[in-house]
Amino acid sequence: MKQIKLSKLFRIFLEIGGFTFGGGYAMLPLLETELVEKQNYLTDEEFLDIFAIVQGIPGIIAINSSLFIGYKLRGVLGALTAVTGISLPSIIIITLITEPLLNLEHNFYITGILMGIRTCVVVLIFWAAYRMGKKAIVNAISILYTLGMIIGILYFNLSPIILIAAAGLLGIIFNQGVKE
Amino acid sequence: MILIKLYTTFFKIGLFTFGGGYAMLPLIQEEMISHGWLTVNQFMDIVAVSQMTPGAIAINNATFIGFKLAGIPGVLATTLGVISPSLVIVLIIASIFNKFADNELVQKAWSGIRPAVIGLILTVVFSLGQQAIKGGKEVIIAVVSLILLTKLKLHPIIVIILSACLGLLLAFI
Repeated sequence: MKQIKLSKLFRIFLEIGGFTFGGGYAMLPLLETELVEKQNYLTDEEFLDIFAIVQGIPGIIAINSSLFIGYKLRGVLGALTAVTGISLPSIIIITLITEPLLNLEHNFYITGILMGIRTCVVVLIFWAAYRMGKKAIVNAISILYTLGMIIGILYFNLSPIILIAAAGLLGIIFNQGVKE
Repeated sequence: MILIKLYTTFFKIGLFTFGGGYAMLPLIQEEMISHGWLTVNQFMDIVAVSQMTPGAIAINNATFIGFKLAGIPGVLATTLGVISPSLVIVLIIASIFNKFADNELVQKAWSGIRPAVIGLILTVVFSLGQQAIKGGKEVIIAVVSLILLTKLKLHPIIVIILSACLGLLLAFI
């Protein structure tokens, strides 16, 4: 793994902060493209591990993921750089243009643009899940973990944190694909 | 002093929020209204603006309140407040995580967690999809963006910009 320059880390998170519509999960495909696919700073597995941990700790997903990834890549300075980058676009935009934006909420053009963006974000997250799934789902049994999570959340309304903990426990007992 | 009050209030929001996004809106609303910093209508306005602008809702909200009550120093107090608890917690967890990353037991646990997280992300796709995709226009945008992404291998940011243009175009039909 090559080391990332702080200036580059800042640029990547700044860019993602400016194009994340819809919070933590919308960030995921952009981060995965920049850090895993294009540059190889992280593997898909490391990326998923971080995302899993972030679910279970207090705080905002977007902020926690930025801090965690920044720390993993460049230590404490990296964490601070990433979180500044991800927050700055929001801070600038809200400070400058909240008032005019309020008058545009039901504007015909804005509604169309937002419809386009929101639909696209769903596709982006789906595609990121598909790509990472190819790495995470190593055999027929690991698909059961994926299905278990979906059924647990959608049909039994269980908390993702509990389900992640259960998956970890089952992983320790049954071991999917780690060589002894 | 208002700056300290802003910092501690947003520190509390950062500390007691799990999951982010819309899950934390009730907590933020409660804090803002009990301090008399916002009315319910003003709060709804911020949520509306957050949906139109990029970035995390918590940061958008923190910036708005900070700026409204104390200008730029207020923005610093609120945004630093909301980030501070995460900073401490994540740095502690991340250093522990790095130490045990190669442990065999931990590796085995990940072998179960990784495919489960894929399932979690798919449920988000499902629920966001239900909210976002309401008719034929959205289906067209979804199909086009999937093609741009998978066949033309365009960068996600380019795909977002093109989908925004397509959304604007389809609004006229």
